[in-house]
Order: sequence, then C-alpha cells, then structure tokens
Amino acid sequence: MRKLRVVIAKPGLDGHDRGAKVIARALRDAGMEVIYTGLRQTPEQIVSAALQEDADVIGLSILSGAHNHIVPRLMELLKEKGLDDVMVVIGGIIPDMDIPKLKDIGVKGIFLPGTPMQEIIDFINGHVRARV
Amino acid sequence: MTYNQGVKTAAETDKRRWERETLEPTLRKSPERAETFTTISGRPIDRLYTAEDLEGIDPGRDIGQPGEFPYTRGIHPTGYRGKLWTMRQFAGFGTPEETNERYKTLLKAGGTGLSVAFDLPTLMGRDPDHPLSLGEVGKCGVNVTSLADMETLFDGIQLGDITTSMTINSPAAMIFAMYLVVAEKQGADWKKISGTIQNDILKEFIAQKEYIFPPRPSMRIITDIFAFCAADVPKWNTISVSGYHIREAGSTSLQELAFTLRDGIEYVQWGVDAGLDVDRFVPQISFFFNAHSDFFEEIAKYRAARKIWAEAMRDRFHARSERSWKLRFHTQTAGVSLTAQQPYNNVVRTALQALSGVLGGTNSLHTNSLDEALALPTAEAATLALRTQQIIAHESGVANVVDPLGGSYFVEKLTKDMEDGALAYFDQIDRMGGMVEAIERGFPQKEIAESAYRFQQAVERREKIIVGVNDFVREDEPPIEILYIDESASEKQLARLEQLRKTRSQAAVERSLDALRAAAKSPKTNLMPPILDAVRVYATVGEMCDALRDVWGEYEEVPII
Repeated sequence: MRKLRVVIAKPGLDGHDRGAKVIARALRDAGMEVIYTGLRQTPEQIVSAALQEDADVIGLSILSGAHNHIVPRLMELLKEKGLDDVMVVIGGIIPDMDIPKLKDIGVKGIFLPGTPMQEIIDFINGHVRARV
Repeated sequence: MTYNQGVKTAAETDKRRWERETLEPTLRKSPERAETFTTISGRPIDRLYTAEDLEGIDPGRDIGQPGEFPYTRGIHPTGYRGKLWTMRQFAGFGTPEETNERYKTLLKAGGTGLSVAFDLPTLMGRDPDHPLSLGEVGKCGVNVTSLADMETLFDGIQLGDITTSMTINSPAAMIFAMYLVVAEKQGADWKKISGTIQNDILKEFIAQKEYIFPPRPSMRIITDIFAFCAADVPKWNTISVSGYHIREAGSTSLQELAFTLRDGIEYVQWGVDAGLDVDRFVPQISFFFNAHSDFFEEIAKYRAARKIWAEAMRDRFHARSERSWKLRFHTQTAGVSLTAQQPYNNVVRTALQALSGVLGGTNSLHTNSLDEALALPTAEAATLALRTQQIIAHESGVANVVDPLGGSYFVEKLTKDMEDGALAYFDQIDRMGGMVEAIERGFPQKEIAESAYRFQQAVERREKIIVGVNDFVREDEPPIEILYIDESASEKQLARLEQLRKTRSQAAVERSLDALRAAAKSPKTNLMPPILDAVRVYATVGEMCDALRDVWGEYEEVPII
C-alpha cells in the first residue's frame, strides 16, 4: 500500500519551527512520507509543493496570527488546481473565534498548543482519503 | 584546599555508611517513586549530594566571592542589596501609538526599563506593503517602518532618562540608528544613553530563524556596530547574546548554555580579527538566558555561565579589564512552558522560573504573562507579570542576601557539571573551525531538533508531567479574555507609509541608499554612518535592507528535521 504523503509547511514570516519539525518527525515515525518545505512559504509555493509531491495532506504551522490571510488564499488555490481533495490541517496558535471561519472554508483539523502528537496522527489516519 | 579533605581518609565514606545503615532499610520498605530521576533536560539527578560530590572543586578558585573572579557567585559584591535587578517587560503590538501608550502604562506601574517587541515585517526587513508582510503587520509586535514611527514610539519618553532594550537582529543597525536619531532630536547625549540591541545573528541561524543576509556579511554588520559604539555610544550594550531562543526551540539547559557562550566567543573572535581591542568592545557585550522550569538546573546554568565567560575572556582572549570578564545577563521566563490549558497555572510557573533567575543573579528580568500561549498579553495580564517580580523583590526576602545557594552541595556540583558539559561542546565546535562553520554544517540545529523531539516523546509517554496538559486535565475550561489584534494596525501603517513616500525627498533617499550599497561593497567601511544618513532622510527599514540584499543576497537554510 502507498504511504500517506504529507506536506508540512510553514507559511508567513515567522521562523518558530519547533512545532513543524517535531510533528514532521512524529508523522514520519508513524509511517507517513513527510515533505517539510522549510520556512516562509507563500500559499502559491505550498500548493505547488503539494501538487508536485502528490500530497494527501497539507499540514500548516502558524503561530503569528496571519492565518486569516494565508489560509483562505491557500484554500482558493487548491480549488483552482483541482486539489480540493487534499486534506488541510493547521497546528499553532489560533484564537477560538477564528476556528469556525477556518473550518467553513474547508480546514479539516485545527490543533492548538498541547495537543498530543498521537492525536494528530490518529486524526490524519482517520480522516484522510488516500489519493490514487 | 578542596571541600572533601578529611572525608575520604576513612575506609568507608560517611555517605556509604548512611546508604548502608539508613537508606537501604528504608528503600526495602518503601521504594522511590521512580527508578531514575532526571531534570527537564533529561540530566540524571542523584538522590543526595554531599561533600563528596565536591571533589575537584576548589572553593577559592572555582566558586570565589561575589564581585571577584570568576564571578560564579555574582558580579556585584552586594548582590541585590545595592540595586535590585531591572524589571524589564517586553512589549509591543499594533501601531507605534498603541505601543507608546502601553510603555507609559508600564513605566507608571513601576517598570524600570523598556523592551521593544517588533512585528515580523520589521524583524525581517520588509515594509508593510511588501507581499510577505500580508497579515503580519503589528501582529507579534509593533511595526516600525521609518524614523517617523520611532519618533511616535518614544513620544513623551525621555531617552536620556530610561534604558531601552530592543529585540532586533538582522536590521539591528537600522533600528539602532533610528533610536540614536530620536535621542539626538530630544537633545540626549549619545555618550550617556544606555540600552541594548539584541543584534545576535548567530542564534537566528541556529534557532529563531529571523535572518536576512548570509552569515559572513551579517557578522560584519555586528563588528561594525562594535567599533561604532566603542567610539560613539560607549554605554550601549551592542549585543545580547541569546540562549533564550535556542532553549525555546527545544534545546536542553546545557545546550543553551554551551551554544550561547560559544556564540559569544565567536563574536569576540570576529571583533579581534577585525582589529578591535578586546577591552574596548567586550564590556559592551551582554547575554540573555531562558528561565525554564527545572529550578536548580537553571540556577546552575547562570552560575556556570559567569565562570565560563570570565575564564574565556581572561585566558582565551587575554582581556585584562574586569569589565570584560563580568558576564551580565537578562532573563526571560520560558514562553514555551506556558500552557493554553488552565492558563492561570502559568502565573505559578512564571513565578518559580523568575525566582530561579533571581537566585542565579540575573541583572534584569522579564516575566511572561499568563495568556501568552494564546495571544499577546492583555494590559492586565502584563501588570500581573510585573507584580510577580515585585513580590519576589520586596516580599520573599531572597534579595537580602548574595547568592543564597552558594555552597549547596547539589547546586555547586550541578554548576560544575554544566561547566564541564559546555566546555566539551566548545571543543567539538572549535574542531569544526568555529560557530559559523558549525552552523553551516547544521550542527547546533540538529542537536536542538533532536532534544525537542526527545522532550515531546517524554511528554507523550508521560515520563514528564505538564500539569493541565497530560495530567490533572480539566474538560470544561472557561475561556479567558485575550487581546485580539485586528487589521487596523496594518491599514494605518500602510496609509502612513504612503504619506511618507509623498512627503520625504525621494532624491535624498535614493542618494543615501546608493551610498549604503557602496559601503556594503567595501569591507573596510563602517556601515553605521551611511545607515544613520539614510535614517535621517526617512529611508524605510525595507529599503535599507533591500540595498544590502542587492549586494549580499539573502540566506536560505537547508531545513533539517
């Protein structure tokens, strides 16, 4: 069976990459194929990485508060490229009041500080439809 | 003379006897809670420390007295009996007007210094109208685009009367130049003003990742600042060599200590190589450490740091001035230890962490607010954080005596172990050719990523307990009030920038940027004078950084996971 392919990306100007790196490694240890894009990726770059890598999942790490700008743009681009079946999840600092909006535009899971890695692994395994 | 003289003459040490006669029967009846005990960094901790553990530590040579070499017990002979630490609360958000108001509140509440948090566009040398600034303006700190913003930020605050710390790194020279010009316009004397710019690019490459230019030209900006300040702004702390971010990125306490001090040595080496006299620029170097949750390990870290620095400056660089030997440091409690769950618990965490900083002899302190795992702090939460320091200072009594833990078997042994561990890392990094080379190889980055992952695994396995997160969890948590930063800061800063571009002399700006490019191409020219010229004609941070990008290019890291 093909391994799940996950693109972990850090959009925006923020450089705090501890969370992105820890989750990248945890997903890899859980048997997924992980592609970490590195820092300061624009939504365009992330979508193109997802396309190129044939990703099943995009995981965004955002702590700076820029999610309300970055995520809608990313979701729009995914739709344009016919990648709306790629599951998008976010980890980081997201105020409660912003969560419904993000879910409305198609973000599947939002993981706040303190979430166990296993919970994220289980969520991805439980919700993803592997692309064929 | 060593502590244990006389102890080992007996055939059986007293500790052995105690273990046999007293400990073993107890353990048979009631075993301990765990097989091994470790610090938050994973360092094994023994059950009991006695005089035997101090073998090899010479109290006169290694611990000494406060105010004397090697300063293990502190740099001031009177500790905090003379002067308390500076209570310096890091703050900044939104527009310069909003932050200016917060500063005035903090000063009125008894804060004794300012500390500026800049937003990500400013930190990354991008103007608010750059595409990468989208959604980031004013979010994590205050936006400062040009001298006009700096004038607003310090409106009504006399720069001659306070000290200001500014957390700025890649564009440190530009922001510092803006501060100097504001001071000049207020009539303050550059020779008398004091404060700090973080200006520590090595830890950006290692941990915080707010770099712009490649390592070598970045180091040149720093040595130019050393030379400029030694001559013109002699009371300014030209750099705050920072372990804080290294720790937040997941390092152990030892790695924080080792990489930070080795970074410090790297800066001194580059200064010396640039032809500067050690005793003229080293006294202006300061440090910045994290106060994490493992109380004694942190205290040992601060005490070891002072000793390592004093010996490195005297023996490695042959500094003769005591001012070069004395390591002065700021401490901030560990942001990464704050939990979004049960946020009031963070007040207690912060108080304990702050206490470790004080018992370790910190020279200034920032205490985090209870809501910082969720957002930037509200004014109320920020005030409570400051009150935490005031209670330690004025009620607990710990500031009445110098280095109260000196001579503790445990603390002295841990201090020695931290020192030995750091020196072993120094050897490794020296063999690579220095810190710049080690960073280019990804060595500290890999070490930190490894520690971060190990810690997270320990939390998941519940070998490390975080109250409210993996134990003592509460399901029905009431939400707390948080500071929500809307888009108005971005709109205001964009409008202000547009206005600035209309009113300033574009020709003067272009000329100043050409001069800056020319200076960047000529390694012997100090960059501060052309940067000051550009600031005076209201060139923006983004424009000045772009001029340098034209010459030096941008750094891109190879991501390591």
